[in-house]
Amino acid sequence: MSYIGKAVKRKEDKRFLTGKGRYTDDIVLPNQHYAAFVRSQVAHAKITNIDPSEALAQPGVIAVYTGEDLKADSVGGVPCGWQITSKDGSVMVEPPHPAMADGVVRHVGDIIAMVIATDQNTARNAANLVDYDMDVLPPVPHLEAAIAGDNKVWDDAPDNVCFDWHLGEKEPVDAAFANAAHVVELTVRNQRLVPNAMEPRCSIGHYDVATDHTTLYTTSQNPHLIRLLLGAFVLGIPEHKLRVVAPDVGGGFGSKIFHYAEEVLVTWASRRDQVPVKWTATRTEAFQSDAHGRDHISTARMAMDAEGHFLGLHIQTAANMGAYLSTFAPAVPTWLYGTLAAGVYKTPAIYVETKAYFSHTAPVDAYRGAGRPEMTYLIERLVEQCARELNMDRVELRRKNMITADMFPYQTPVALEYDIGDFHACLNAGLAEADWAGFEARRAEAASRGKLRGIGISTYVEACGIAPSALVGALGARAGLYESATVRVHPTGSVTVFTGTHSHGQGHETAFAQLVADAFGIDIDAVEIDHGDTSNSAFGMGTYGSRSLSVGGSAIRKATDKIVNKGKKIAAHLMEADEADIEFADGNFTVKGTDKSVAFGQVALTAYVPHNYPIEELEPGLEESAFYDPKNFTFPGGTHIIEVEVDPDTGMLEIIQAVVADDVGTVVNPMIVEGQIHGGLAQGIGQALFEGAQYDDDGQLVTSSFMNYTMPRAADLPFFKAGIHVTPCTHNPLGAKGVGEVGSIGVPPAVINAVIDALRPRGVTDISMPATPHKIWQALNAAAAK
Amino acid sequence: MEVTLTVNGRSVTKDVEPRTLLVQLLREHLSLTGTHVGCDTSQCGACVVHVNGQSVKSCTMLAVEATGASVTTIEGLANGSELHPMQAAFKECHGLQCGFCTPGMVMSSVDLVSKNPDPSEHEIREWLEGNLCRCTGYHNIVKAVQTAAANMKGA
Repeated sequence: MSYIGKAVKRKEDKRFLTGKGRYTDDIVLPNQHYAAFVRSQVAHAKITNIDPSEALAQPGVIAVYTGEDLKADSVGGVPCGWQITSKDGSVMVEPPHPAMADGVVRHVGDIIAMVIATDQNTARNAANLVDYDMDVLPPVPHLEAAIAGDNKVWDDAPDNVCFDWHLGEKEPVDAAFANAAHVVELTVRNQRLVPNAMEPRCSIGHYDVATDHTTLYTTSQNPHLIRLLLGAFVLGIPEHKLRVVAPDVGGGFGSKIFHYAEEVLVTWASRRDQVPVKWTATRTEAFQSDAHGRDHISTARMAMDAEGHFLGLHIQTAANMGAYLSTFAPAVPTWLYGTLAAGVYKTPAIYVETKAYFSHTAPVDAYRGAGRPEMTYLIERLVEQCARELNMDRVELRRKNMITADMFPYQTPVALEYDIGDFHACLNAGLAEADWAGFEARRAEAASRGKLRGIGISTYVEACGIAPSALVGALGARAGLYESATVRVHPTGSVTVFTGTHSHGQGHETAFAQLVADAFGIDIDAVEIDHGDTSNSAFGMGTYGSRSLSVGGSAIRKATDKIVNKGKKIAAHLMEADEADIEFADGNFTVKGTDKSVAFGQVALTAYVPHNYPIEELEPGLEESAFYDPKNFTFPGGTHIIEVEVDPDTGMLEIIQAVVADDVGTVVNPMIVEGQIHGGLAQGIGQALFEGAQYDDDGQLVTSSFMNYTMPRAADLPFFKAGIHVTPCTHNPLGAKGVGEVGSIGVPPAVINAVIDALRPRGVTDISMPATPHKIWQALNAAAAK
Repeated sequence: MEVTLTVNGRSVTKDVEPRTLLVQLLREHLSLTGTHVGCDTSQCGACVVHVNGQSVKSCTMLAVEATGASVTTIEGLANGSELHPMQAAFKECHGLQCGFCTPGMVMSSVDLVSKNPDPSEHEIREWLEGNLCRCTGYHNIVKAVQTAAANMKGA
């Protein structure tokens, strides 16, 4: 019986389908109290007075806290987990990030005060009764204002610059441009997005007086990291007294990686008031306080020879960090971005410069793809522009410059070594599936109906499975990035696996169980995956960056290998054979060349009932732990093709087809893999066509609900054609690369390239994301007026 | 105020504040936490339940408005341990990932198929306009509704 590679139905589904999931907001503790926050409604202001008396007078309100109370209790600020070093060797400006305002508010949604009450309605009502005075100060409402530098966010960053980073060598790039036959330049904006997991964030702090233990239940993608940051850096609680539980979590997409102020505040308040304290975000609070994604403005220049071979690439990016540095924010526009500048191409010389700016906006951090979508969008728009300006076929230009399968491992000029891939195979598969060759006939047919057809392509590679700890440490990470697993074989042969990763939609309870069931030759129903509770697993770095299978799964594989090795010793003893002669397959230990056999379950029982056991050499029990530290990043990639049809009278756009040919490495569960691709595509198409967070010139977030932030809906999207083309990763034991982010990384430029292709016959040569019907209609009219 | 209604086939009476929403009654007073709250503007549809057989966003209705009504939540959909065909189809087609939008999606889809036993892809996508999912890209949700509709017709 083999499970790996099969579309096994998910073990977790039944509880979700019957309303029995247990999300953080579903948890009700005895005597639970509720927190509500007073949040700033302006972008930048000095708080001159806070008067909680009316709120405190409400029946049921037990406390109102402000930043002064945190200071009096010596509560630390929310730490940043990655330090970037600038070109000149200086380290980034790292301002304080108090959990509640320290007298100044710095973005809409910044916390001014916290109300604790016996029920949620009372807490929320009382929050409205907290009176405060403030002097409104001039804001830095967006990236353009941060660059202009007329106003500032932090005194330590007078020009609003957090860091000025670079990667690659400038001289070879300058030489390439000096010798170029063609130079093509493009400036694009990668707009700010709100991740919008469907479950709003929620946290419950629970201090147990009797045991002096503190538990935080929270909507997190990585409870271990939250425990480390909260315990060691903010509240000073040692790990053995602090437990963090992330139960069922309703989606994350990056936004639930980070350590948030609200986690600090409910935990601190629970210890102070000695009652459990719960906070559940409203959707508006989520818009205002979840870490946002993207928000770059970039200019890229490509130097080419007369035939269109890429000679050199120079990229300059401005990235918005928001008001405070979120947990991994500095890594996103740097090491998760600049390192992908080669894309799938042989460009020999690349130089990337990124300036990061503070602004009076919500912090920006990793959102599905984190740096790689921004770079992929920039490169694939630029390559398309190169083909247009050189009047070359856009597929042939890509082919001409693409890294070929015989060139792996391929060292890029921007630090990464791609271990394996086959970009041409994915390209050919995508073109065939999309009937690229037949497109012009379809364009003509659409034109006969008065419609504008366009087709767009993106060929991309990304880096995930983050990553060797020593490497990321050298790059500024303040954490290791290994993963842990404990595999506990019970006396009667069933198995519980504890993983440091966290599943919030990815189906680990099924996919990881497939790995373990195959490793031991047992039924998948005999395997349970446990995750999300720091009191169960040793440690873990959580789930993000498409790392759970390639890193977390590899840790599980290491642990199951250890179990099998110990099992061989036990089996050798039972069968009175030499350990070297023991083989294990399909759940049975056998002696080579004989018909002697002992089942896995028998070995497990023997380990726990060691009457006939090599007790001198071997401990009883059958449980092993492993930590896996990856040797390299993994490199999924592929080709995405989008075909659209535009109604020129209205600007309305229909996606005719969405085709992907992705290489995600070895596939454990194709059903889950395709589901991940679908979801990523929806978010990538969402960025390209619908979504965008908008701050006005006062720094007001004008898109702060689902009424005015356009989420992709069922009728906006087509069925997707998801093709998989595997080259197994060469450096982890599973051959897995990762799939969680490929959709959102690869597809936005394919969509925009398709839109521009559709509009080009009418004279439109550029359009920005999101390409809404209004924007398309305006572009058509502007072009017609020329 | 006292409110008496039938929830998943059982009569319940609760004393609630007049402002209590139906979803609050279900989650907070009856501990039926399968019905979720994903927004504050009645956009996301995670809270869809059936009131007298019609799909309703339970965040848009006061608990007292449900006086005398028969409410079915996701917890009341299966027949004992046997999943409703819509639930079974969502599992079969991988129509859920994180599970948060799922109860609303399933309840809304059940109502669609009761009104339109043979919905087209277009009709399914239009019907689900009031239900947001951030995980699946809707692909497998639409497949699940198609599958369930086919299975329910045969039943």
